[in-house]
Formats: sequence, structure tokens, C-alpha cells
Amino acid sequence: MSQDKTAEITVTQALNRALDDAMAADSTVLVLGEDVADAQGGGVVKITKGLSTKYGTDRVKSTPISEQAIIGAAVGAAMAGMRPVAEIMLMNFTAVCADQIFNHAAKTRFMTGGQTQVPIVIRTLGGAGRGTGGQHGDLLEAWYAHAAGLKVVAPANPADAYGLMTSCIFENDPCIFIEHIGVLGAKGPAPQAGHRVPLGRGAVSQEGRDVTVISYARQANEALIAARKLAEEGVSVEVIDLRSIAPLDWDTVLSSVAKTRRAVIVHEAVKPHGVGAEISARINEELFGQLKAPVQRLGAPYSPIPFSKPLETAFIPAAPQIEAAIRKVLG
Amino acid sequence: MLTNDRPDGKTLLEIYRRAALIIACDNHVRAVIRAGRIAAPFYSPRGQEIISAAVSVNLTDQDYVITIYRGLHDQLAKGVPLKLLFAELAGRNTGTCKGKGGPMHITHPETGVMVTTGVVGSGMPIANGFAWASQIKKDGRVTVCNFGDGASNIGAFHESLNMASVWKLPVIFVCQNNLYAEHTAYSIGTSVARIADRAASYSMPGVQVNGNDPSAMWSAAHDAVERARRGEGPTLIEAKTFRFNGHNLGDSQEYMPKAELEAAIAADPVPRLRQRLIDEGVATAAQLDALETALKTEVEEAAQFAFDSPFPDLAEIRRDVYEQEVPA
Repeated sequence: MSQDKTAEITVTQALNRALDDAMAADSTVLVLGEDVADAQGGGVVKITKGLSTKYGTDRVKSTPISEQAIIGAAVGAAMAGMRPVAEIMLMNFTAVCADQIFNHAAKTRFMTGGQTQVPIVIRTLGGAGRGTGGQHGDLLEAWYAHAAGLKVVAPANPADAYGLMTSCIFENDPCIFIEHIGVLGAKGPAPQAGHRVPLGRGAVSQEGRDVTVISYARQANEALIAARKLAEEGVSVEVIDLRSIAPLDWDTVLSSVAKTRRAVIVHEAVKPHGVGAEISARINEELFGQLKAPVQRLGAPYSPIPFSKPLETAFIPAAPQIEAAIRKVLG
Repeated sequence: MLTNDRPDGKTLLEIYRRAALIIACDNHVRAVIRAGRIAAPFYSPRGQEIISAAVSVNLTDQDYVITIYRGLHDQLAKGVPLKLLFAELAGRNTGTCKGKGGPMHITHPETGVMVTTGVVGSGMPIANGFAWASQIKKDGRVTVCNFGDGASNIGAFHESLNMASVWKLPVIFVCQNNLYAEHTAYSIGTSVARIADRAASYSMPGVQVNGNDPSAMWSAAHDAVERARRGEGPTLIEAKTFRFNGHNLGDSQEYMPKAELEAAIAADPVPRLRQRLIDEGVATAAQLDALETALKTEVEEAAQFAFDSPFPDLAEIRRDVYEQEVPA
């Protein structure tokens, strides 16, 4: 990976740089969403800060609070040859424009027999832990991964955030880009301009022999914390950061589990019917006879995100729970 | 709002040609579905064809059209090739969308027909996107978005008109008010006497017009298209009309007073235009007879082309999901 080792930046800064570099490189790249222009603050968490000043408010448009109109405008402009990056402030609010995402963005290439395409990025924030209760922190990646035609990504560090955003913008398929609130402040080496992370390619963020932990977004970072702790006891944990949820890097997942013969899957979205169920099923389909222990899945309990702090903390699968799950598969 | 521009004889004849093509095609589609040769729901536009014909003669192939599942008239009027259209209706691989869209999802970018949606009200947000791209690229194109009266009660209508107005987009919203939203009569579901009045909430011109009157419909469309091309923003046109074949083919229409339907059919606007062309010396009855015969033949040939074409290869299920083929 091409990285400038001298500089560390946050995920927020990486995303801002990726948008900036893409807009500089290609005049068809557009940004739209609530409050995205500088006069309105440059986005709810400042990811679009500076872009309207640099590229003008024709290309960086603050919109009314109209999610259907935002995604519809992005879909139409994309079909007309542009590369819009639409911000839906919070992933919960993507439910408001679900028709545009599921029935139009996802299916248009197929339903037009390949005559048209919808190269849009839908940037959206999710993640619990900010005391926002049940309607501001959901992670709905399973909904979107289940809709044929969408690509879904969720980075955990600045280099991947930059590289995935750049790839999504120049990708010709519609992408759901999950910005997890719990990783926006994460620091890491700044990638070089134009760095891309291929969609559908996971990363082995730590190599190991005894067990594979498969995750993404905040829990990919939590898995690394758990792995380092267990390393002190001589347990060798392989950590896979999927980065892309759809398409999913089955080669990396299956070859790792074939090697370690034990798997733990962890995500923050509620466990039932989550992405972990798909991964577990596929591991069992392909590697059943080779597994030394049943696959373990970790996810949030089957509940809306609670407000009260102890409940909210308990809702989020973190390093201690991942450590316990690893110990369980080790027997 | 309306200027004094009126269509000339040549334009009226072209409106008639497009309307007659729509009727010929609609008749044949209903016949082949009834005969069991195509198994698909069909939403006949019969009765509404003057609207599409009179709007589309104001457009070029480069202008964009968005329509809905009742969209055969909008597609044909804009110029979608009959053979490709019929093959799509029949699910054949020679169809506009390789048979993967079907009657409710016709797209043909070469003639500007970009989206045919099966979800009521969902075309308007997308129409804004096409218009936004035109505004940025300064390509002079306008986008016409067709929908029914029922769609004006969906949130997306209000979001879209608001955004189009704030952004001054070159888009024309054409509400084809056929007085029934599926099986629900206009007054049962709609709060305003005139849908055109809703434009006032979004600071754009709202024009109600008799969509079955080719001159009035042409003039309203002409003004809105010119306004959009001048960069003055969107217009809402409410085109009053009626559908002759209910919501979908086979609809018993029991929710509709019989007299209302009979009166609408008695006032069928297409034969009236035909008579007008003869009365005004634009065409002779013999010329129009020949035109209609030629259109009927063209439709029959398109149907034959469709039924002679193969179905898509099963591998098409994996193609066009993403840009790259999905693994088997």
C-alpha cells in the first residue's frame, strides 16, 4: 500500500481528502446532501468541509431535508453521466429514501439490460454510543447487502477510508459507504493521493494461526485489541477486516478459516439475520468437515439501540466480548 | 401564462400520427395478451395518447423522458422503436432491455426514454437528477416527467417540486390526470380541486389544460419546454384526460360510473383530431386511411419480430447486476 509514513490523519480527514482529490481529478464528481456546503457548515461531521468553497455550489449542493429527492437527484444525474456523492446524514434516514435505493439505484443497470448505469456513492453515518437512542445510530448494511446490485463498504482506518471512497466514486455501480461514527476519529498513516482499495477485497489486518476473526468498521479495530491481548497468552489470532460487505471477499475468508479451522464473526448490527449469518453459513457450507469448533457469531442484541448509558454500552460488541468468543472457539 | 403559440397543420398531423401509432400498438398488445401470447400485467394508455403526442413533438431525441408503468404512449410518442419495444413486452432478448425490464420498465436512451418506473411517484426525484446534470453541463436538454393524479399525493412529488423550484431545474412535470388513482376516484384521495394549484406551493407555474385537446396541450407543453430551455425553471402541467381501459387489463371498472366511462369514450380525442385534420384541409380521409393501414402493418411486423426472437440466455440473470458479471 502506498502511504506517506510521515503524516497521520483521521478517517474524517481521509474522507475529506478523497472527495477533494476526486473532485479535482474529475469535473463530473458532484456532492449533494443536507448541510454539505460550507455556508451550512460543511456537513454534519465536517467531511465535506471546504469543498463548496473550492469547487462551487453548483457541484457541492446543500439540499432541502428531502431524502427521496436527494437520492433521486443523484440517480438521475448519474444516469446522465455524472458521479454524484450523496450524503444521507444518518443510516436510519436511508429508510426514508429506501425506494430510490432499492428499486432504482440497485436495479437500474439490470432492468435496462445494461443500457444505463448508476455510479453513485451514498455516504451515511451509523454506529451506537453517542447517546442518540434508537433512531440515529443503526447499522443497516444487511439490508443493502441483500439488495442485488448495490456495493456496500465500511472502512475502519484512514487509508482504507480514502482508498474505498476513491474506488466507490470511480466505480460504475451504486455504493453504500458506511461511515461508522466510532472510527471517524481513528488515526493512521495518510495515503498518497489517488490511492484506491479495490471493492470486494478484504484485508488481513493481523496474521495468525489459531483462530480467524472476521469483522469490519469499529469491530475490526476492536478485534485487533482483543487479538493483541490474547497474543500475550500465546494465542495467535488472524484478523480479517472485510472493508467490503458486498461483494464480500470469500477467498480471503475461506482460505483463512481453512488455515485456522476456527472462526469468530463480529459486527455491531443486531445479530439475527445479520451479515454474520451469511458468513457463518458459507463457512459451514464450504469448510464444515475441517472446523475444529462451531463458528461463533457476535452482534448487537435483538433490540433497538437503547439510550441509557449502561444499556447502550452493553449493546455494542467490543474487545472483551470478542476475546470471550475467541476463548470459546479455542475450547 | 399561455402564449398565443398554436400548433400548425403539419404539427397537428404529426401529433395525429403519433396518437394513431399508440392506438394501433395498444390494440395489438391487448389482443396478444388476451390471446395468451404474453403473460404480463398491462396498463393501457388508451384515451391519454394526445398528451404524449402533443408534448413529444416539442422535444428532440436528446431531451429526456421519464414515465410510469402506464407509459406505452409516452414511449412510442418519444420514438422508441416499435420492434424493440414489442420484443421487450414479450420478454425477448431483442427487446430494448434484453427482456429483463418488461412492459413496466422500458428504457431506450437513444430516444431519451430513460426511466419507466413501476413505483408510483418515484420518477420525479430522478427527473430532477437528469435536469440537474443538464444544468451543470449546459447541454440545453429538458426533462419531461410523466405521472398520474395519484402520484401527486406521494411525498416524493412534493420533495421533487420543491427541489426543482429551489434549484431552477429544466424539468417539466406532466401530471396526466385521468381522474382515477388505481381504483380510487380523484375526489376521494386528493385535497385540491386542481392539481395545478399545488404548483403555487413551490413557486412554479401550474397550468391546467385539457390534455385531450391537441392545440391546448401542445401550447402548454411548448411554453413549459421553452421556459425550461431558457433556464427559467420547472413547470407543473396538469393534463386532464381519461383512461378507457381501467387501471390494468382485465379491470372490471366496477368502481367507476358506467356513464362516466361511456361519455369519455364518446369524446375520444383521436377521431376528433382526425376529423379536424380533414376539415381544415391538412390531410384527406384517404391519406389518413393509408397512414393507419401502414401503422397497423408496422405494429404487426413488430409483433412478429418479437415472437420470432429468442428468449434471453439464462446467463443474463448474472449479467448487469453489477458492471461485471456475477459469479455463477
